[in-house]
Amino acid sequence: MDFGQIFAIIIGMIFVNNFVFARFLGLCPYMGLTKEMSSAIGMGMAVVFVMTLASMATWPVYRYFLDPFGLERILRTASFILVIAALVQFIEMVLQKVNPALYKAMGIYLPIITTNCTILGVAVLNIDTFYKDGKPLSGGFLGSIIQGFSAGIGFTLAMVLMASVRERMEMANIPKPLRGIPIAFITAGLMSMAFLGFSGLIKMT
Amino acid sequence: MSNWQVFKTGVFKNNPVFIVNLGLCPTLATSTSLRDAIGMGLAATFVLVGSNVIVSAIRRAVPHKVRIPCYIVVIATFVTIVELFLGAYQPDLYKALGIFLPLIVVNCIVLYRAEVFASKNGIVSSLFDGFGMGSGFTCAVLLLAFIREGLGKGTLMGYPVIPGFNPTGIMVLPPGGFMTMGLLLGFFSWRKLRTKEHK
Repeated sequence: MDFGQIFAIIIGMIFVNNFVFARFLGLCPYMGLTKEMSSAIGMGMAVVFVMTLASMATWPVYRYFLDPFGLERILRTASFILVIAALVQFIEMVLQKVNPALYKAMGIYLPIITTNCTILGVAVLNIDTFYKDGKPLSGGFLGSIIQGFSAGIGFTLAMVLMASVRERMEMANIPKPLRGIPIAFITAGLMSMAFLGFSGLIKMT
Repeated sequence: MSNWQVFKTGVFKNNPVFIVNLGLCPTLATSTSLRDAIGMGLAATFVLVGSNVIVSAIRRAVPHKVRIPCYIVVIATFVTIVELFLGAYQPDLYKALGIFLPLIVVNCIVLYRAEVFASKNGIVSSLFDGFGMGSGFTCAVLLLAFIREGLGKGTLMGYPVIPGFNPTGIMVLPPGGFMTMGLLLGFFSWRKLRTKEHK
């Protein structure tokens, strides 16, 4: 994996194919946890953390366990979700013991992440990106980890941008039917229009 | 509540997308064309009905502490069935739905109904609830797809509708999806406020 490819993955995941603005993933926490900057940052950190670890955990499961036994189409969804659920549970326990301060900052968001499209989305996306015609590409493991990490950073960026706008919208005079979720969606639409400006940056293969 | 009322609540009063605001990710992502919307709606309804029935059937045997992983395994099974079926018989639809087909597993609607309804009610009621919620979800995606494909590509199900209409490309891109959804949610919220005033 040369540096150019890695750079393309990072820029692609954060800006061009941003998980929220371009891929429509993670909308539930996006709408629910962006009312305050502190919860947005907390959720963002948790997502980066879990996405990176989930990418590290699901790639070997697929590569060395499912694929060689020909089970990849049957057991992919079920095994990924179970691995992710177990991983999040494990992270929560370890974090509580090892770093209570960090646990207080982002621990409460961990259970929400388990049944969230973001983590399973990035796990499936890793497989789609780094498998060509049923054969894994070289450097796939490293690529998956970098892709997971960058996707988390992109998600955090989207959350922080949205939280900063919504905090100010609290004081704006919004028509009653649009208050809350509808105006958040319209705001997200405007932001995703801005992110469309990145769309020619990386050549999609 | 009679079974028919359970069904109707799922479609109208408790519509999972517009009233309860769940399952927003696949709604927006698969509404770029009517054909994808129908496919997604049917797939999600199948999973919802299947998982509701099975969860209701095993509800007395599942220990309370491990119920969420059990439900997830049930749901994942049905999603895998849909994936394999569509992959074999409808490869275009399978490719169009992309990552959102396996993501039905973590669709908030499915787990929510399993936890809130199917684990506490009989098999037949859960069947009707699954159909109701699934139909509500399908209606929501269809409504969004109708607007987005109609304005964004000028076609409905691939057939051009209004001759000489120059389509607004942004409707099929993410911004169009977000803004349409925002305006639709605003409309439903306005209706809710109006009925509250009348009371």
